[in-house]
Amino acid sequence: MIAAVFGSIPAMIILTGVLVGASAALLGSFLVLRGNAMLTDAISHSIVFGIIVVWLLTGHMSGPVQVLGAALTGVLTVVLSELLARSRLVKMDAAIGLVFPALFAAGVILISIHARNVHIDVDTVLLGEIGFVWLHTVTVFGVRVPVAVATLGVVLAVNLAFVLVLWKELKLATFDAGLAAALGFLPGALHYAILTLTSVTAVAAFDAVGAILFIAFVIVPPATAYLLTRRLWLMVVLAVGLSVAACVSGYFLALRWNVSIGGMMASMTGVWFALALLFAPGRGLFAQALRWRTERLDHDCRVLVAHLFTHEDTPAMAEENTLRALVDHLRWPEPRARATVLRAHDRDLIERRDGLLTLRPKGTAVARAIFGQRDH
Amino acid sequence: MTALLDLFSSGIVRTVLMGAAMLGALSGMLGAFAVLRRQSLLGDALSHAALPGVCLGFLVAGGRDLGSVLAGAFLTGALAALVMMLIVRRTTLKTDAALGIVLSVFFAVGIVLLTVIQTRGGAGSLGLMTFLFGQAAAILRSDLWVMGGIGLAALAVVLAFWKEFKLVSFDADFARAQGFPVTMLEAGLTVMVALAIVAGLQLVGVVLMVALLIAPAAAARQWTSSLGPMVLLSAAIGAGSGAGGALISATTRGLATGPVVVLIATAVVLVSLLVAPGRGLLWQMLAARRARARISDGRMLATLQGLATAHDNAGYPVEQGMLQTALGAMPPARRISSLEQRGLIRSVTHPPETTPHWELTDAGHAEAAALSGQPRKERPQ
Repeated sequence: MIAAVFGSIPAMIILTGVLVGASAALLGSFLVLRGNAMLTDAISHSIVFGIIVVWLLTGHMSGPVQVLGAALTGVLTVVLSELLARSRLVKMDAAIGLVFPALFAAGVILISIHARNVHIDVDTVLLGEIGFVWLHTVTVFGVRVPVAVATLGVVLAVNLAFVLVLWKELKLATFDAGLAAALGFLPGALHYAILTLTSVTAVAAFDAVGAILFIAFVIVPPATAYLLTRRLWLMVVLAVGLSVAACVSGYFLALRWNVSIGGMMASMTGVWFALALLFAPGRGLFAQALRWRTERLDHDCRVLVAHLFTHEDTPAMAEENTLRALVDHLRWPEPRARATVLRAHDRDLIERRDGLLTLRPKGTAVARAIFGQRDH
Repeated sequence: MTALLDLFSSGIVRTVLMGAAMLGALSGMLGAFAVLRRQSLLGDALSHAALPGVCLGFLVAGGRDLGSVLAGAFLTGALAALVMMLIVRRTTLKTDAALGIVLSVFFAVGIVLLTVIQTRGGAGSLGLMTFLFGQAAAILRSDLWVMGGIGLAALAVVLAFWKEFKLVSFDADFARAQGFPVTMLEAGLTVMVALAIVAGLQLVGVVLMVALLIAPAAAARQWTSSLGPMVLLSAAIGAGSGAGGALISATTRGLATGPVVVLIATAVVLVSLLVAPGRGLLWQMLAARRARARISDGRMLATLQGLATAHDNAGYPVEQGMLQTALGAMPPARRISSLEQRGLIRSVTHPPETTPHWELTDAGHAEAAALSGQPRKERPQ
């Protein structure tokens, strides 16, 4: 049964994607909340350099030596960028943009120079080959599983343990680093711990999805979850769930359209984000537009009531308390004036009497409240 | 030498060199504004976002037609900038998250489109891969006209709106208060950065284009503190890195242009960070050393002066141990001999003691008084 699952190629591809997505989303949630999302970009580009250097030094293309060695480059990128920014010769954003392209470029050149001996080429660096993860297998507890699945499984376990054990500390350091430091929780050490684990995850995910698509798994599902909830635990759970959903749906769409599996999985995270951006309850663009419309109508009703109240029982009443006056004096477009009158009528604020707009008792009460007058 | 001359006389190499220099100059010029406005990483997002556009242009034209490829890249780049703005303005997500989302999702879509083109096959799909890392040798003579046109248009816009761009780059709030259309100007700068990226795609590729925007500007910034020279210098560095990288890549088999150009530009940045006069790290170290020496000399003089005042004796000989106690540690011998050479202190003997002693000279008293900012007291009798 278990052997059958691990022997099935589609199951292995999806499992690899799910492991990448879940490990990345766990850490990504904290990176997005802390405003460090672009450090992922820097890390995932520069591990290319680390991977090739470790290979040149030790001959390992996978395994713990490779993962840790290459992950060091990721951390090195962050340290170098922060040092450069601290010299105040360049700003932080420029510092990031100077360090990682240099390391990435060095990595690509090393790959081209040693291209005959390395079985990774420049395309693999960028895209990964999730479709071929089942080619390299190891035997774990008597079951043959792909190397990528085994490595990523360990990485996911480590990330999960890190987040669960240090949940309280992570939460505090994310939302109030000053308080965390004052209470002795070492937010700086946590910062580097998160970035180290991100580097490790990036290296482990490298074969499967490549350097750049990995960024999508780190940033996009947590950002989507952030649009949907304001609870940290729910955000992390949602981010992991959205990642998994993106991997599964991405796999089948990729098969259907015969396109890159990793690319389609990453694209699906973008689809979830677009949906959340548009339709998130309360905060989505759609909800914002609706709220804006309602607020405008409410406001117009109040203006109308105030206008009628001001001119009530004055000589100008016959001229002012009409639909025409709203168009001519308040300079409302005719449709807006009509909509407002209808809305106010529906709310029992005004009525039509002798061709004039007059206030109902409820409308009078609203107007008095606007002008700060007590009821007589 | 003759080999080099042969190289320059070759038409292909001339084309490549001209193209690379033009692109470097263009991205250097526009990158200066991006770096000053702290939008360096926007260039990264926009260049990755150009990939789906490149693929779309390729699909629409049915082959590697530079015009449609560049138009597609520009369109998706502009779309990415719009989405960025929408996310930053309408949600509570931070700018870095918005950058990451746009960068990775657009790139992922580009990868999907890339595989669509590859499965359809066609001789041109190989040419498409050069857009990832750039291949200077793939530049055609006709491409030069397209790039030259983009470059001239950008130059004209920058010259026409020089004052406005300058104001927006340094103090956008003031510009807004003065009634300048800041949003329009910022959008204009972003559009031109997208143009520079589009123009640089062939040379450096989408992945490393950000470095060609940032590195020349960051290097130029170290050498000058006014915008005009900075933009010129940045363009020059960009042109130099581009030309150098293209030359190396064109003469070496199997080296993509992008990485070589980026490494050259990064080397220029490193040198600039180290030695740029007044700002560079070496200068900072020198200045810190001078400041340390000045403070050490000042403390030495003040101590001697204080002891002289306390003993009512302008020529009071201060013993080494006293100085050590007062200052925490003796100043290095070099500082003491420097003070002696400047005639501020003199070494004296105080028999029967055999340890070294120092006293302030008249000039030393004047210097110590000047340092402490107090008028010099009458010399005690």
